[in-house]
Amino acid sequence: MDWTALFLSLKLALVATTILMLVTAPLACLMAYSRLPGKAFLEAFINLPLAMPPTVVGFYLLIMMGPEGWLGGLWTRATGSPLLFTFTGIVIASIIYSIPFALQPMRAAFEKIDPRLIESARILGLSPPAIFARVIIPNSLNGIAASAILVFLHTLGAFGVILMVGGSVPGQTRVASVAIYEAVETLQYGSAAMMSLALLPICYIFLLVVHRLTRSQS
Amino acid sequence: MNLQIRIRKHLPHFELSIDVNCPAETMTVVIGPSGAGKTTLMRIIAGLDKPVEGFIQFGDEVWLDTKRRIFLPPQKRRLGYVFQDYPLFPHLSIHDNAAFATGARKDVVQELLERFGIRHLQDRKPDAVSGGERQRCAICQALAREPRLLLLDEPFSALDVFTRRDLRDELRNLKEELRMPVIYVTHDVNEALYLADDLLPIVEGRVDREWMQRSLVRVDDARPERAKAVREPRLSLAY
Repeated sequence: MDWTALFLSLKLALVATTILMLVTAPLACLMAYSRLPGKAFLEAFINLPLAMPPTVVGFYLLIMMGPEGWLGGLWTRATGSPLLFTFTGIVIASIIYSIPFALQPMRAAFEKIDPRLIESARILGLSPPAIFARVIIPNSLNGIAASAILVFLHTLGAFGVILMVGGSVPGQTRVASVAIYEAVETLQYGSAAMMSLALLPICYIFLLVVHRLTRSQS
Repeated sequence: MNLQIRIRKHLPHFELSIDVNCPAETMTVVIGPSGAGKTTLMRIIAGLDKPVEGFIQFGDEVWLDTKRRIFLPPQKRRLGYVFQDYPLFPHLSIHDNAAFATGARKDVVQELLERFGIRHLQDRKPDAVSGGERQRCAICQALAREPRLLLLDEPFSALDVFTRRDLRDELRNLKEELRMPVIYVTHDVNEALYLADDLLPIVEGRVDREWMQRSLVRVDDARPERAKAVREPRLSLAY
């Protein structure tokens, strides 16, 4: 049983979820309230990872984050180290891969907020950022929590994308899903079973929490 | 400080076209049938809607001038707006709702809550108080901001008749103390006569000063007491 891999999975999920929540909240706000032209195009683009096979997403990320790719090149120039096959690399990949899972529930929660509350706050003199912090966020906590848990689980379960971008460097990119796959490949069924069993209750309990959060909201 | 309004906006079935002047310390009651454009007018004054053509000036501050492309957002107009059924912020207590936009002036909020008789409820959430108490809180919320202009859009019409009467009385008392223009929208003739310093009947988007007369004359034959009620506003509350 590979404890490092399990721990790495949890760490990756936690880091990616935290960053994603901060990035997605304003984006979801934009999606929910603005009347941007071309919003549908932007949304479809952000949702692409939902529809494409993870290996395809992973392949594009591999190209983008490689030493010749714009992101990889930029990163190497800035930090002096490569992006592929590192923890940072799989964090970035997980974020891009999980954005739709963060965006959809958060957007739905924002759209459920009574627009009259926002009008009321405007008349009371609140600036848009103040409305976001004092009206929108406190009234969509359930949706935000549901979104965070879904992202957490989705990142915990990511396999194809991480294998493409991160490979299997122990302690760096060898997360539980990759370690389980390798254990099966090398016929270590016992070890694979233990790690799978460790993930099962985590996912189950979190899904129950999501169900509860989304139900109590409606 | 008086408010000058001159606006034009296309609505689905007619054009809203209003040119009025609301002086300070005056309660102007906008009355007219449902769908006459009353709420749209209020929303334009508040800055929530934009007319195609218009000019709104408060004192010497221009809020809206479509010709010069001036539009002051609602945040900067510093007005109070109480709506018929606008919800209070559900995540905040009655006190925090009333104090939502006041900053530090805690004593002002306490005074207002006391005056409107909801101080004992200040720690409750809006869904744990009655509709009338919620509307009282909404009025506190609007006044706590020390607005320069007060807009009341059918604030009591969702309430039962007794609560409505109480709040109407309180508003009438309050009116004497307010130094700002107040615009009150209603479709209830009695309410209009009871509260108004100045009546502004709006029908199909236009000011129609004769509308009150006509609509009252129509019921004259069937219910002669109505005509009496018009002549004697105080009496009209009984009908």
